[in-house]
Amino acid sequence: MIAPMRILIIEDDPDSAAYLVKAFSEAGHVADHAANGLEGYAQARDGAYDVLIVDRMLPKLDGLSLIGGLREQKIDTPVLILSALGQVDDRVKGLRAGGDDYLTKPYAFSELLARVEVLQRRKGGGAADATVLRVGELELDRLSHKLTREGKEIQIQPREFRLLEYLMKHAGQVVTRTMLLEHVWDYHFDPQTNVIDVHMSRLRSKIDKGYDAPLLHTIRGSGYMIRDSAR
Amino acid sequence: MTALGKLFRTTAFKLSLAYLVVFAIGAGLVLGRVAWNVKGLLDDQINSTIEAEIKGLSEQYAQGGIRRLVFVVEQRIRQPGASLYLVTSPNGQAIAGNVIELQPGALEQEGVIETTYRRDDDRTTNHQHQALAQVFLLPGGFRLLVGRDLGDRENLRHVMTRALFTSLAWLVLIGTLGGLFVARRVLQRVDAISASAHEIMKGDLSRRLPLSGSHDELDRLAFNLNAMLERIDELMTGLKEVSDNIAHDLKTPLTRLRNHADEALREGGSPDVMQQALERVLDEADGLIRIFNALLTIARLEAGQAGGEMKPCDPADILADMVELYEPLAEEDGAHILVDAQAGLSIMANRELIGQAFANLVDNALKYGLTETARDISADIKRVGVMVEISIADHGAGIAVPDRARVTDRFVRLEGSRSRPGSGLGLSMAQAILKLHGGELRIEDNAPGLRVVLALPLIDAQVRHG
Repeated sequence: MIAPMRILIIEDDPDSAAYLVKAFSEAGHVADHAANGLEGYAQARDGAYDVLIVDRMLPKLDGLSLIGGLREQKIDTPVLILSALGQVDDRVKGLRAGGDDYLTKPYAFSELLARVEVLQRRKGGGAADATVLRVGELELDRLSHKLTREGKEIQIQPREFRLLEYLMKHAGQVVTRTMLLEHVWDYHFDPQTNVIDVHMSRLRSKIDKGYDAPLLHTIRGSGYMIRDSAR
Repeated sequence: MTALGKLFRTTAFKLSLAYLVVFAIGAGLVLGRVAWNVKGLLDDQINSTIEAEIKGLSEQYAQGGIRRLVFVVEQRIRQPGASLYLVTSPNGQAIAGNVIELQPGALEQEGVIETTYRRDDDRTTNHQHQALAQVFLLPGGFRLLVGRDLGDRENLRHVMTRALFTSLAWLVLIGTLGGLFVARRVLQRVDAISASAHEIMKGDLSRRLPLSGSHDELDRLAFNLNAMLERIDELMTGLKEVSDNIAHDLKTPLTRLRNHADEALREGGSPDVMQQALERVLDEADGLIRIFNALLTIARLEAGQAGGEMKPCDPADILADMVELYEPLAEEDGAHILVDAQAGLSIMANRELIGQAFANLVDNALKYGLTETARDISADIKRVGVMVEISIADHGAGIAVPDRARVTDRFVRLEGSRSRPGSGLGLSMAQAILKLHGGELRIEDNAPGLRVVLALPLIDAQVRHG
């Protein structure tokens, strides 16, 4: 599973901060809290954190300036921006300022957790850049677009390829429906119904049908995860 | 500020003062001009009289020499209201006349002069007068001076000056009083309007500003401000209605959420049952979060703040993405999305928002537009003049004409659709997105079924026509 992460939460609302610290520690991570921008900046600069969660509106130093300051100091810890403002233009501004992901309040913690865990992996690099992605016996060749399980080739559509590629890049991590829509279809909105689920069930029928050990798992209340359950 | 100070500061009073100055200058100019003209007229008259006398006297001189002239002059002096006369010999000796003293050098030159003089009845006093006179050189070196006293002219000048100052004094007095009166009236009306405005600011939005009924500029201002208040009142009422609706519509899922939790607590049971109940609670909570997000998005779209980056894009590409996204879902239901899209059209748009609008419509069509037999949805794009029209149509029950206007309002869910999942925000959001892009959303009859048309302005058309 996911290795424990050190997370810094920079958030001025004590209730949400306390909730996040508790929720992240229950998920097996270590979370610290800074209550204002300046304090957060100092902690982020000095402490070795895996991921920063930064509220956009902070006292003393606003979130975007904080991120800009860190990036100027060549501190490239992945940052997830939390915003009550929401909407596309803010998202674009946030990402331009050096943020790596963006989430609008109100959000479900499962969404935040999934995104933070994916961010940490991005920092590590590694598997994400490999030419051939492997999960158990499933192999995806990113150059030839060839998919095999236990050596047998499976025909997939281009979109299914991208879906699977994203899942396998983040094998062992939960990815939410919104994340899939963002990274596979390149649209940022909340898929209203089970559109993504239908795509996933098609994909599942292709890669898991006829095998004892399923690789593609539905995580209730969160999203999906591809993982080698044999290990 | 004292009441008087307030009065002096009013625009009306300041305007009155300005007018006062302008009128004073005007009056001065008019009176000055009149005085000048009258003086000219009098001088002309005097000159012609003198002219005539000199002519008569020089004729006498020509006929009877210096004796005759002296005789005639002596005669004329004795008449009442006589002119001024002086006859001098070639060596400057006074021979006849009623003038005993002139300004030095007054006789040197021929022609018209203005001079001071003393006449013989001033011998006892030292009184000097002003005269307009003419000097005439007679043949033989004798000089003749004929003049008229300028007392009349001087009197006129005094009268004129007095008139000017008197009228200025009256002007200032009446102007100031009038200004104060007008200012006081205006001030009273403005004070009344201010008082009403204070009441309104305190929260009584039903109050209006008083009108005097005179249809003057203050009335017009008050009238327009009242119209503005009316509009604000309407908006406030509308806002209240919307928030009432929101409160009502959010109550249902909240109650459901509470019931799930309550039920699980009351019945207790195995950890599995508890787990399931908690998951249901989470689902409901996620649903609520979605609704809030959608509401916030719509609000920001309507406020024009969510546009983000607008770039030229081809609606056919976006539609293709959305159809690709929804096709598997449609197939699950045995439905098909038939696309007939004219490609190569360009709109200035936020691709993601337009995508979301398309998605909402396709989603609606799949949810509410399928019947037992008709399981096709059509998605068309075609150019209509300067607009591109994207229509998503089904062959379902459609929407009755009376419901078409309100179906884009927030949380409106028509009878028969309430049992299906959904928040009643999809069309509201699509409409808000279209408005943000300068387009419009139309609900039409697909006979049978529903056709939702999204009309958006084309870029090249904008260039050509803009």
